[in-house]
Amino acid sequence: MRRSAWTLWLPLALFAVFIGFVAVQLADPAQTEVESAMIGKKLPEFVLEPAVSDRPGLATADLRDGKPRLMNIFASWCAPCAVEAPQLAELQRRGVEIVGVDVRDRPEDVAAFLARYGNPFARIGKDDISEVQLGIGSAGYPETFVIDGSGTITYQHIGEIRPEHVELLLEKLREAEG
Amino acid sequence: MIAEFGLAALWLAAVLAALQLGAGIVTLRREDEVLAALVRPAAIVQGALAALSFGALLLLFYRTDLSVKLVAANSHSLKPLLFKLAGAWGNHEGSMLLWVTVMALSGALIALLERRLPERTMLATLAAQAFVGLGFYVFILAFSNPFERLPQPELEGMGLNPLLQDIGLALHPPTLYFGYVGLSVAFSFAVGALLTRQVTPAFARTMRPWVLGAWIFLTLGITAGSYWAYYELGWGGWWFWDPVENASLMPWLAATALLHSVSVLAARDALRAWTILLGVVAFSMSMVGTFLVRSGVLTSVHAFAVDPERGTILLILLALYIGSALVLFALRAGTVAEGERFSVTSREAALVMNNVGLSAILAIVLLGTLYPLVTEAFGVRVSVGPPYFNPVAAMFLLPMLAVLAVGPLLRWRRDSIERVRGPVVLAGVIAVAALVAVLLAGVSGILQILGFALAAAVAVGSVLPLKGRSLRRLPLATWGMVLAHFGVAVSIFGMAADAAWTKERLIALHVGETTQVGPWKVDLAGVEPVAGPNWTALEASLLVSYKGGEPVYVAPQLRSFWSPPQQTSESALLTRWNGQLYSILGEEAEGERWQLRLWWKPFVTFIWYGGVLIGLGGLLALIGRVRLDLKRRYVTARGKRVRGEAPDAA
Repeated sequence: MRRSAWTLWLPLALFAVFIGFVAVQLADPAQTEVESAMIGKKLPEFVLEPAVSDRPGLATADLRDGKPRLMNIFASWCAPCAVEAPQLAELQRRGVEIVGVDVRDRPEDVAAFLARYGNPFARIGKDDISEVQLGIGSAGYPETFVIDGSGTITYQHIGEIRPEHVELLLEKLREAEG
Repeated sequence: MIAEFGLAALWLAAVLAALQLGAGIVTLRREDEVLAALVRPAAIVQGALAALSFGALLLLFYRTDLSVKLVAANSHSLKPLLFKLAGAWGNHEGSMLLWVTVMALSGALIALLERRLPERTMLATLAAQAFVGLGFYVFILAFSNPFERLPQPELEGMGLNPLLQDIGLALHPPTLYFGYVGLSVAFSFAVGALLTRQVTPAFARTMRPWVLGAWIFLTLGITAGSYWAYYELGWGGWWFWDPVENASLMPWLAATALLHSVSVLAARDALRAWTILLGVVAFSMSMVGTFLVRSGVLTSVHAFAVDPERGTILLILLALYIGSALVLFALRAGTVAEGERFSVTSREAALVMNNVGLSAILAIVLLGTLYPLVTEAFGVRVSVGPPYFNPVAAMFLLPMLAVLAVGPLLRWRRDSIERVRGPVVLAGVIAVAALVAVLLAGVSGILQILGFALAAAVAVGSVLPLKGRSLRRLPLATWGMVLAHFGVAVSIFGMAADAAWTKERLIALHVGETTQVGPWKVDLAGVEPVAGPNWTALEASLLVSYKGGEPVYVAPQLRSFWSPPQQTSESALLTRWNGQLYSILGEEAEGERWQLRLWWKPFVTFIWYGGVLIGLGGLLALIGRVRLDLKRRYVTARGKRVRGEAPDAA
């Protein structure tokens, strides 16, 4: 019995497939950020209590009035959240409505945080069990979502908003409007 | 100066590897006595130079020479000496240097000692060895120089990951590397045999000690790694199917298959092409594993410095080595004459089933490890874990265990079921008895039940080959086989017992309160701060007693390291012959209560006892083989007739 020749090439062929595959993977560097699977989908239903006394809480119903907004996931204990404060202030100054989701925080801490870094939020919901954060597919702090007027998530910004991101977010808001 | 000396030695070693390769290739094409005479000495000197180079790196770490980048990045003047030295290989550059050093030393050893193979095959093997080595030299010298100086010496080192400051971990990577390198030697032998068309029992016997040695290191490395993950990571599990673990398991599976097929080739001159292919696959698995872990293509809990550029180079090396070996295989294997035939009931057939099973599990692990990559390419994120690996691997493992219980009783070439009916029935009865016993004991879960039953059958089956033999005259290799197979039974029993009987308790206690886990009464006597050489910790004093017996203290810690700052849980284990109490101290909960996580794990230790027995079995077999080889060489030298392979060698 003579071994058929092509079976001897089989290991090489399998190996070549493996090499080709991982080579493609290498060329495309691994993603280190977790993208939300909720982009393009409706917000989940939620009602959050106010996090501070001078701003109302946040519910899904507040985000369906036809006006696109930014929804910012933050916490007083999150250092990058302080870093992005000037950019949020700038966005607010340019007419963007920003709502906040304050995750796993103490009322006195978040009040002190907002007093120190400014309060750009129209509404702040208190998310003590990360319910909203997980519900919209956010995996870290801070993250900022663009919500269109019908309550659909159209864009996710992972990490702090740096000065160069301000125009990008404004553009995304315009897209959400149109 | 030491760093420059080490680097110079490394360059010279690389030059000698190039010479070894070039001379080897030329002698393959035409007779050239001058060049042929160069190959062995080149291999020996290359080994010595690589060892000097690695010695220089050890010295730099011993002195904590902070003008060297690698030392500054991975060491610290306050670190205990052992961990300073371990720092030499606890990083990418140093571990690559260790790899190439062990490989060069193996080459030197072959060149010095090996005289059984035809000289042309020997030279081809050394050339192949130099080919593999040269790639690593280029990689290290061009992209991962461990001796690089800093423009300005650092004042203090950057420390080492505190999770890695552990004696087990200091020894774990070198153990695996010895294994990988042993497989690279087997690979070189396979390539040498293919190049010179000498796939013979003599080739198998020459290759076997290297496979056996590599396999012992891999077995002990995996056993130790599993125990390390068990007590250090604090999750209470012993195998997580993490990519790094899979990366060490895959070469072990291939090496285990190779070990068995090489025995068939040595004893019966069968499975020629298959053995060659396994030789290539086993080494390629160790390279694939290293690549997957180091390139960052897969992510894992193990903190390796991940670098896509190095990944690319590793991939190129991998493609070069394995690709060319497989091309050679495709071209030459057809011309390797088919080996001896054997019947369906024979030792060979049982070993073929072992090989099929192991290869299937290897494929399953490889697919499971790569699957997340494949789906990610299509935009779907999945993680493949125990729910896939456990049942699918068990599907092949369980029948293999059944074959293992009776396989060693079969004769080579041709046997009949009738002849071994007695032992087969005995193993079957024991299995059924064990099955009934665990069912009566209330064990549920099909895998656990079958695990217990087959462990019992294998335990009995493994010692049956001793029946009717003169124990004093039994070859060491046979003792090794018996011990290793018994170790498999012990290990499987431990796995089944852990899965079936583990009790877990997660609780928050005030100091002075008591809880119960399994047969243990656990009393939280206090929580006190303690300080170590480079950490501080909160330590819980747990007063535990087994079934109302004498109470004993155990002390799990929540440790904080300060360089670099990191918090780890140090589990405290209390080992009895019949299991372990595993305790973890968590954070302080509200109201001055402390979170405790407790497990009672009956017979969990048998998993690692089994692993050690398997490794010891391999060691016995290795000693037996080497002694027999030396004796045979002595006898041959005196011109006497050489006795054939021991009939029960497997």
